[in-house]
Amino acid sequence: MTTHSRPLSPHLQVYRFQWTMALSIVHRITGAGLAVGTILLVWWLLALAAGPDYYAYVQGLLGTWLGRLLLFGWSWALFYHLCNGIRHLCWDAVWGFEIRTAFVSGMLVAAASIVLTLLAWSIAYGLLGG
Amino acid sequence: MSLRSPLARARGLGAAHGGTHHWLAHRMTSIILVPLFLWFAFSVAGLAGADHATAARWLGSPFNAVPTLLLILAMFHHTQAGIEVIMEDYIHTRWRRMAALIAMKWTVALLAVAAVFAVLKVAFGY
Repeated sequence: MTTHSRPLSPHLQVYRFQWTMALSIVHRITGAGLAVGTILLVWWLLALAAGPDYYAYVQGLLGTWLGRLLLFGWSWALFYHLCNGIRHLCWDAVWGFEIRTAFVSGMLVAAASIVLTLLAWSIAYGLLGG
Repeated sequence: MSLRSPLARARGLGAAHGGTHHWLAHRMTSIILVPLFLWFAFSVAGLAGADHATAARWLGSPFNAVPTLLLILAMFHHTQAGIEVIMEDYIHTRWRRMAALIAMKWTVALLAVAAVFAVLKVAFGY
């Protein structure tokens, strides 16, 4: 089969790195990660439905360092995708397309995702008296 | 002169035979998921380390079970819409894309039904 070298659309490497592109691909990556993470949520709900013994077993697994690491990553991915999703909704409403606004809102999203993650984990660890 | 029929022009859908439904449904579910997930994530964080009875009592309450069911429906609708876009972007062979989409949609449906079943079992059992 003969291959013709047709012009291609520009690839990523011809662009100078911008933070907004990193934030953009992270939105997709966290989205895909969260889709896999739904299995964890369904598993937790099924464990709750299965009864005390199985629930304790699942909680034991989630309490290991690996379980906590997964939950931590998943919670950050959730908050990031949620905050950046609001940013996307603003864009859908034709707000915030200026380069400076897009950069600032992106940095706000990154900061908010970290703050919300730490807040949720302080509650989980009872630091806020929860 | 256009070769399109007046009906096709009135429908305005073009060769894709679809309008903005997929895009809009993705946004609609995202809007409700913002408050639902903020509520759910912080509630479940508060249940960390709690025993089965406490967690089941929380989920079994109608005020928690009903929003959780809504969250499950919106979340899995949003999930399949998002993964569909990703698959359409990266899988270029037609039959592979079709096979992946079918497998993904039924996997998501299975997870959604399992989640709804679990919540209802806890809600009606306690």
